[in-house]
Amino acid sequence: MNDTKAETPAREQPALLPPVDVVEDPSGITLYADLPGVPKDKLNLRVEADTLSLEGEVALPTPEGLQPSHVEVQLPRYRRVFALSKELDPARISAELKNGVLKLRIPRAEHLQPRRIEVQVA
Amino acid sequence: MIYRALFPRDPFAELDRLQRELSQAFDLTPSIRGVGRGGFPAVNAGGTPQSVEIYVFAPGLDPATLEVNLDRGVLTIAGERKADLPQPEPKTTLHLNERFAGRFRRVLSLPDDVDPNGVSAQYRDGVLHVSIRRRESAQPRRIEIH
Repeated sequence: MNDTKAETPAREQPALLPPVDVVEDPSGITLYADLPGVPKDKLNLRVEADTLSLEGEVALPTPEGLQPSHVEVQLPRYRRVFALSKELDPARISAELKNGVLKLRIPRAEHLQPRRIEVQVA
Repeated sequence: MIYRALFPRDPFAELDRLQRELSQAFDLTPSIRGVGRGGFPAVNAGGTPQSVEIYVFAPGLDPATLEVNLDRGVLTIAGERKADLPQPEPKTTLHLNERFAGRFRRVLSLPDDVDPNGVSAQYRDGVLHVSIRRRESAQPRRIEIH
């Protein structure tokens, strides 16, 4: 029984749902996520099959013996999972984390860049 | 019994009341400033015998534009968060827009024993950490017995 508990993957721990903005333009999708308190080395981005998952652990400088008196951010972890559509190119995702905001750029696959379709008039 | 007949129960009002009571039951120190949940920025606060520690979860700010003031035991944190989103164009689509943008202001009342000269503020990874020292005289002291 103890073994199964120890093997529980981190992804099953409760986490907060970070707010995001998602904008699409003709060459791809840009995603912004608010992850305050997450340093670069505690951010985990994964693409598995058609799923993009963001996970980050909050690391705050806390003095010894700190007793919380008012808590609005109740969990030290953020997680959010998105389904990618197949015209996006997960191999070329770029990520930037600055001041607690993650910016992800997911370009469209090269061969699927937009193309104007001529309408023939018979 | 006559009350029951005069004021029939409204199930929606009951739900409202229940929600208020629940949130009050979990909020151990209800504040007159009505610190709501889900606002921007979120604040965690705590203390040690030597200091009061405030953590303001305000990602994506230029620290130079943040205003932190301590006046007569009241800490005010104000600033503005600019939207990262591009101007709407015919060829862009905004699929999700959940992040806060605009001006914000939060006011927190501090314990009486804080020292206004012992404040330090740091902005890292989108969290503003304000640490305020408690006055020496207010700190617990071991009394020697001779």
